[in-house]
Amino acid sequence: MLRIGKIPIAVFALFIIAFPWVAHEIPSIGHYTDIMIFAGIYCLITMGLSLLMGYTGQISIGHAAFYGIGAYTSAILTAQYGLNPWPCIIIGMVISAVVAVLVGAPSLKLRGHYLAMATLAFGIIVYIIFNEEAAWTGGPDGMTGIPGLSMFGFEFDSVEKYYYLVWIFVFAAFIFTVNIIQSGIGRALRAIHVSEPAAGAMGVDISRFKILVFVYSAVLASLAGSLYAHYLNFINPSTFDLFFSIKLLIMIALGGMYNIWGAIIGAVLITFLSYEWLHYFQEYEVIVYGAILLLVTIFFPKGLVGVPGIVKGWFRE
Amino acid sequence: METITLSGQLFQYLITGITVGSVYAMVAVGFNIIYNVTEIINFAQGEFVMLGGLIMVFFHVVMGLPLIMAFPATVILVTLVGILLDRLAISPIRQPSVLTLIIATIAASILIKGAAMFIWGKDPYDLPAFSGRNPITVFGAVIQPQYLWVIGFLIVIVIVLSIFFNRTIIGKAMSACADNPNAASLVGINVKQMILLSFALSAAIGAVAGITVTPISLMEYDRGAMLAVKGFGAAILGGLGSFPGAILGGLIMGSIESFGAGVISSGYKDAFALIVLLIVLFFRPSGILGSIEISKIKRF
Repeated sequence: MLRIGKIPIAVFALFIIAFPWVAHEIPSIGHYTDIMIFAGIYCLITMGLSLLMGYTGQISIGHAAFYGIGAYTSAILTAQYGLNPWPCIIIGMVISAVVAVLVGAPSLKLRGHYLAMATLAFGIIVYIIFNEEAAWTGGPDGMTGIPGLSMFGFEFDSVEKYYYLVWIFVFAAFIFTVNIIQSGIGRALRAIHVSEPAAGAMGVDISRFKILVFVYSAVLASLAGSLYAHYLNFINPSTFDLFFSIKLLIMIALGGMYNIWGAIIGAVLITFLSYEWLHYFQEYEVIVYGAILLLVTIFFPKGLVGVPGIVKGWFRE
Repeated sequence: METITLSGQLFQYLITGITVGSVYAMVAVGFNIIYNVTEIINFAQGEFVMLGGLIMVFFHVVMGLPLIMAFPATVILVTLVGILLDRLAISPIRQPSVLTLIIATIAASILIKGAAMFIWGKDPYDLPAFSGRNPITVFGAVIQPQYLWVIGFLIVIVIVLSIFFNRTIIGKAMSACADNPNAASLVGINVKQMILLSFALSAAIGAVAGITVTPISLMEYDRGAMLAVKGFGAAILGGLGSFPGAILGGLIMGSIESFGAGVISSGYKDAFALIVLLIVLFFRPSGILGSIEISKIKRF
């Protein structure tokens, strides 16, 4: 949990770089590159959530709101006002950070259930705003005409190009998050998780660190939302509903929220489940998600990344 | 043609608010029963209400059982779901922490919701009102007879629960678990059984809420989450764990929503209750009737 080795990071990077080439060669998985774009977008959110929930122990069931704020800020400023997308992404991140401070400062004083319900309520309120402020957001029908991304005349107009763009962001956020985890801040966060009074007694500024992590996770979610909007060129509120927040929870619970790798594994697995493998179940996939979440919580409280530890435990006995 | 007066209009909002608020109060009481015994917030509480409504539709409308038989049959079935919830989702957890318990009840709630979608589909269902749909006009407000049934059942639940917790040995044992589970098990109370009982009891109350409200607002598979959040808001507003607080919180919550939807904006109907919830959480998390001392000794 503490050290994140360089070799796994290198293997991970190689896998990500090689993926589109391999997918391109095998026709039956040719469209997997497209799915991996969404997986990358979700990875951005789950890494922040892993830091917030797994490492720091603060529950959020409202991160769909920040994802939506990012997406709608980008969409409104580019489609309605014709601004360049890149500053809009930054503006979205700034707005998300401000909202995160405003909501986080009073919320993060709350513990356990209270915090969960506060973030849940916040998420639903933002979702209602997306639906109701139709003059800005297009209401339940959503918004079209969101431009794609380009940089210095280079258009990210193919699936492969956008794939590398998204995963460069994911990789940068990953390295940054790993550095946080391995720094003094990371140790302070884990101290808060274990015992707030003890962490406070050791001189950890508890509320400052909690808000810092909350803002960081919100900013990542906002970036993810903007990337989503510019990729699909269309958004509507149902993407940012309560169930998406729960889906994020399923991702980090499945992968293992006490480990940054868990965030990546969970996001990728759930993305493939929902875009590819659960088509047979159609809308009843929610039952599968419920079952996954319940079984993981009961049998693998540390998620999939905790499974090797469990297997090792058997051999020791 | 009757003219609609302002005072009549406001009275109408109040009556509607109290009716909706009675449902929130029942959900809040359900939260409190489980919270007091286990310190768990059961995010699946709203699903009991949804199941109550839909199972009642099945017994009463589809199978044609008379009201007097369909009602208890529905309550019993939903109570069984509550028992299963404890046995299959809560008690198997080996290292309960607030995070794992929240996740487990959320998982259970989406499982129940998915199962309901599988069984009943996505359409809303109607239930005949218990005593017809001829409205009564009082002070210029139109009152459906079903409103009185909802409010009446809240009163019945309050009376039954206060007798149960104050007069019966099982009820007192449950209160003891709420005070101090370790001490309770020392004097021979089976805490595990009490936890099971608390889930059964709050499922039954949720079922009553669902059965009585369905003739007014119909019922569909995905109503549970919103009911749970608003019911929780009511419980927090009154003071988590306090029964009089739950009733008061529910009625206030329902009235705010009704006036907000009527006077300000109906599109934001669901947001008003949630904004109140956030304000209470931010400024007075112990609620109106709750005490800060009690909330400090709770584990979670």
